[in-house]
Amino acid sequence: MKRSPIVGTSVPRMEGRSKVTGHARYVDDMALPGMLHGATVRSRIPRGKIKRITFGPGIHWNEFVIVTPEDIPGKNCIALIEDDQPCLADGIVNHPEEPLLLLAHPDRHLLSKAVEAVSVEYEPLPAIFNIEESVAQGQIIWGADNIFKTYLIEKGDVDAAWQDAAHIVEAEYTTGAQEQLYIENNGMIAAYDPRQGLTVWGSLQCPYYVHKSLMKLFALPADRVRVVQMETGGAFGGKEEYPSMIAAHAALLAMKSGKPVKIIYDRLEDMTATTKRHPSRTRIRTAVTTDGKLLAGEIEFTIDGGAYKTLSPVVLSRGAIHAGGPYYWPNVRIHAKAVATNAPPHGAFRGFGAPQSLFALERHMDRIAHVVGVSPEEIRRRNFLRPGQTTTTGQIINEPIDLGKLLDRALELSSYHAKKETFAKENEQANPKKGVGIASFFHGAGFTGSGERFLASIVGLEACEDGSLRILVSSTEFGQGTNTVLCQIAAEALGLRYEDVSIAQPDTHEVPNSGPTVASRTVMVVGKLVQSAALGIKNTLIASGMLSDSYSPEEFRAACRAYFVKHGKCRSVVQYEQPEGVFWDEEQYRGEAYAAFAWAVYVAEVTVDLTTYSVTVDDFVALQEVGKVLHPVLAQGQIIGGVAQAIGFALYEKVIWDRGRMQNGQMTNYIMPTSADLPPIRVYFEELGNVHGAFGAKGIGELPMDGPAPAILNAVEDALNISFRSIPLLPENIFAALSERATPETVPTSPRGNA
Amino acid sequence: MTASSQERAQCEISFTVNGKSHTVRVYPMERLLDVLRHDLELTGTKEGCGEGECGSCSVLLDGVLVNSCLIPVLQANGSEILTIEGLASDGRLQVLQQSFLDCGGAQCGICTPGMILASVHLLNKKPRPTLEEVREALSGNLCRCTGYMQIFEAVADAARRGAAT
Repeated sequence: MKRSPIVGTSVPRMEGRSKVTGHARYVDDMALPGMLHGATVRSRIPRGKIKRITFGPGIHWNEFVIVTPEDIPGKNCIALIEDDQPCLADGIVNHPEEPLLLLAHPDRHLLSKAVEAVSVEYEPLPAIFNIEESVAQGQIIWGADNIFKTYLIEKGDVDAAWQDAAHIVEAEYTTGAQEQLYIENNGMIAAYDPRQGLTVWGSLQCPYYVHKSLMKLFALPADRVRVVQMETGGAFGGKEEYPSMIAAHAALLAMKSGKPVKIIYDRLEDMTATTKRHPSRTRIRTAVTTDGKLLAGEIEFTIDGGAYKTLSPVVLSRGAIHAGGPYYWPNVRIHAKAVATNAPPHGAFRGFGAPQSLFALERHMDRIAHVVGVSPEEIRRRNFLRPGQTTTTGQIINEPIDLGKLLDRALELSSYHAKKETFAKENEQANPKKGVGIASFFHGAGFTGSGERFLASIVGLEACEDGSLRILVSSTEFGQGTNTVLCQIAAEALGLRYEDVSIAQPDTHEVPNSGPTVASRTVMVVGKLVQSAALGIKNTLIASGMLSDSYSPEEFRAACRAYFVKHGKCRSVVQYEQPEGVFWDEEQYRGEAYAAFAWAVYVAEVTVDLTTYSVTVDDFVALQEVGKVLHPVLAQGQIIGGVAQAIGFALYEKVIWDRGRMQNGQMTNYIMPTSADLPPIRVYFEELGNVHGAFGAKGIGELPMDGPAPAILNAVEDALNISFRSIPLLPENIFAALSERATPETVPTSPRGNA
Repeated sequence: MTASSQERAQCEISFTVNGKSHTVRVYPMERLLDVLRHDLELTGTKEGCGEGECGSCSVLLDGVLVNSCLIPVLQANGSEILTIEGLASDGRLQVLQQSFLDCGGAQCGICTPGMILASVHLLNKKPRPTLEEVREALSGNLCRCTGYMQIFEAVADAARRGAAT
């Protein structure tokens, strides 16, 4: 029986009803009997030795549960790549806001006063706060050289290429930290039972990351640690690694007090203490022919990792692999380095290093165009990767992607040429100035290199007593649509109705480890596994004689029920296996970096107001090739949301640092785009399919974060003829640049220090 | 604080929430948000920033859109309050809720209750708002997931379907 497809249609979001009625349960909506509230005492200096901790007067300290590093049963670390980050600083602090002690009390109103009343005496040590200071090694604050990780990607003979160059174009680009700014702050509840062990419920992306770190911290076996994800109010990478810290803190207080403990961060604590996007510096030197072809490139990509290693090596890897963009480089050398500073560790954030290196490259492509004397679109067209050519890591492009055609379509959709012409004329007037800019880019889906092989994700599917199917994965929903799309995939694979499938709440006692929900891997990698697990159920039912080859959804349900009566739940469990012929050399950093790339060309139109020096994005076209769109509304939502976040990255969101501490940790003074700030964001898809993804899908969650910032700054350059190389680009930066350019009598006056 | 001094510091507040009368004994300066969430266990109203910037805690107080994190509960005495839990009736979604669901207006869902109440407030005043009016009316409610476009669509869709009450 042929039914209309489910994949490719916009079915209702699985948990949508509970969200629009206010019944969805987030961690702060949950309370347990006898529950205490927990708080964290944090360092106020960037680096130093802890000399003495005093519990000040005016507080009934005997009513409080107090946890110190001595209360940690296992190893005092938050286990991730390296065990260098303590759960509670012991003797030495390495960044502001580092956790020192934990407090709990039944009345949450008393906690902030108690936190204030703890005073810490330090012997301060010299600290460093940016890439330049870290690289200079005037102070060594981590390891032997302040370096968390380096990579070298090398292709061809870069050194020989310079002599043949018609032009050598070089420049430096920088990007600032960015706060993920999910609207639900971080939070966890923990309970401890001496027999059953630990349970934590929380706002998080990766249940098994939390699980792993709690096992080590408490020296408990896997079955005595249980992690449950509650409805999660946004994450964007910001709930990838730091929730392990908060879970650890709540769990330590729960163990010591014998009562459940809830820790909910307020906005200030969430912004100042938890992770942000890595600040970056990229230096690019390129050799170019007279007609604008790239001969060679030397790219130095450096990110500021903060005080501990956490995920910086992985962020660095993705940034380095994307640094060459969707272009063909006959010769290229990419030096990548993650360095330590005395700031809270920077971490995962949508795009994961790629928005930083691609910002630099896509600004640089416009610079090359300028030097060579061709248009920005033409310089890209002449250098686009073509099928059969290789990326910087030597990965052969073996799908029929035609970036030239994608570019043409984006230019047409945005009326690029017409606008360019009109603006050139109208910009002769003094104010305002308008411009258009483009960025072309790609984003690799799934873990880098051998990452997916090491993860070896497991996915389960079970047929329940009532004949419905339930998906068992640790992949989490935090707005992207994980629940919906995975259920669509299972229903489609089996010819069932969408309503016949549900998905289990991620709970490490219930679901296998399908890997972390990161790296645009869920639909592509986990979805593919759901698809094959679904076929496993069908095959079992057919083999048992309870289902025929062709069946209706009702017959399938009946077969599941019959199977249940005879054998119990019909279950199918599958594990990821790397496709044959995929090659990755971790030592040389060569080979197939990603199973699939999504490709995109974005066009931004801006107005620069020379009275306020503000930039407004007036129109935004986002065109991308994504394999296959499984759910049009969700896919559009991912792209629009990502573009909006990237407009913030480019034009609004500046973290003000003072000695390693964020000074503007409030929504009042850290400015994200509101509904009144954004242009129409027009989204278009192309679909080439993808053999590695469920029903041909590629990952798309991170892609839209990569392109908008360079497209916008390229448009600003088009408007003003000034090349800005740093983001965020704020009105004061534009004012400064225009003042520098203007002759004294035309220097505009402006109220200063008011932005 | 001893039990009796706690008693003395508290006062009795009466109000109607989602059509139901309540009397609670609370501190007069407690935030309306906390009283709704903790005393009445209406956890659909969310806290995002605690300083009136994000709008996640939006409710209607006597028909006026307010940030419940900025309202001392004393101020709500005798008033009528509408929260997200008061919109659907008998399991039937209110038109705006259905439109948010259909158009992709809710992703992670944390801003959604406040966003829907801001939209209710708008459509009550302006049953057929222009896009500019929608953008303006929702600019006190921050959403980090959607980039707002699908929320605008949801409001327009609900207006077409006659959401104004």
